[in-house]
Amino acid sequence: MDLSINGQIKQYQDKITVEQLLRLSGISPGQVVIELNASILSPDLHNKTVLKHGDTIELIQFVGGG
Amino acid sequence: MLIYLNEIPQQIESGRQLYSLRDQHKPEADILIVNGHPASSDMELNAGDHIVMISRGVQPSATELEGLMMARHTPGVHQKVKGGHIGIAGVGGLGSLVALALARTGIGQLTIADFDIVEPSNLNRQQYFIDQIGQPKVSALGDSLKRINPAIKINCFEQKVTPENIAEIFATVDILVEAFDGADQKAMLSNQFLCLFPDKILVAASGIAGYGASNSIRTTKISDHFYLCGDGITAAEPGCGLMAPRVGIAANHQANAVLRLLLNKEPE
Repeated sequence: MDLSINGQIKQYQDKITVEQLLRLSGISPGQVVIELNASILSPDLHNKTVLKHGDTIELIQFVGGG
Repeated sequence: MLIYLNEIPQQIESGRQLYSLRDQHKPEADILIVNGHPASSDMELNAGDHIVMISRGVQPSATELEGLMMARHTPGVHQKVKGGHIGIAGVGGLGSLVALALARTGIGQLTIADFDIVEPSNLNRQQYFIDQIGQPKVSALGDSLKRINPAIKINCFEQKVTPENIAEIFATVDILVEAFDGADQKAMLSNQFLCLFPDKILVAASGIAGYGASNSIRTTKISDHFYLCGDGITAAEPGCGLMAPRVGIAANHQANAVLRLLLNKEPE
């Protein structure tokens, strides 16, 4: 299935969860804000949310410093 | 015709000159601000003009200071900024500078939260002073803010911001500035705030370390309720520390984003 990740279309196997997507992308789940189809996805839903073909995902990764 | 002298409406005859008004109301004034700009010569006044008269070196009263702020920020802008209530989560390098910039801009109310105390290692970039070492950051910053703008209302929370207390601390803010240090904390606050308050706006920062290009620091719109300032990449880590100029650029991006949001402009 195709997913739009930060504006780029990428292909993934069907029925992966957001948690799996983060692991595949090498992103630390504690340092990211995720927008799924223009809504913020609460971190406690990462492992329960199954992605669908055509979903639009924004992954905002924070880095330290302030 | 109607003009505003130190923001008080006054009727004067049309064609009146600025210097003659000064000679009548405040002959000792040596700075005259007309519609937000210092006047360098005499001029004919027009209906609706805002005029503030100041004596150099003299402490203004609270009312005079308010009038001065209003005059400096052009009519209309000041009232909107004064009506704003901004939260700042973390008052280190980013948060302390955002607070000072907003105080100088005439913000009405700030809610600041940080558990930390001022340490010598903070002074390379954070808006504290040697004599404040050992003080809680929120109270040290509160003191500095009051020295700039005594009219500002400041709510201080000397505690660690956690998922459990975000709703209580920041319930009444219009906009929240994320100004934490750690990536985990930044993400935690952003996730919690955006989920708890889907109608409020978050201005966060990420990628501000080192001495890389100034122009790589940007304000990015993630959504209608979420803006991010920084280069998005440059983390604070061994060999790439946090330094006053670049932290300051990012903090002022955040402060200007807040100001533009209060004035119904898109941050960019």
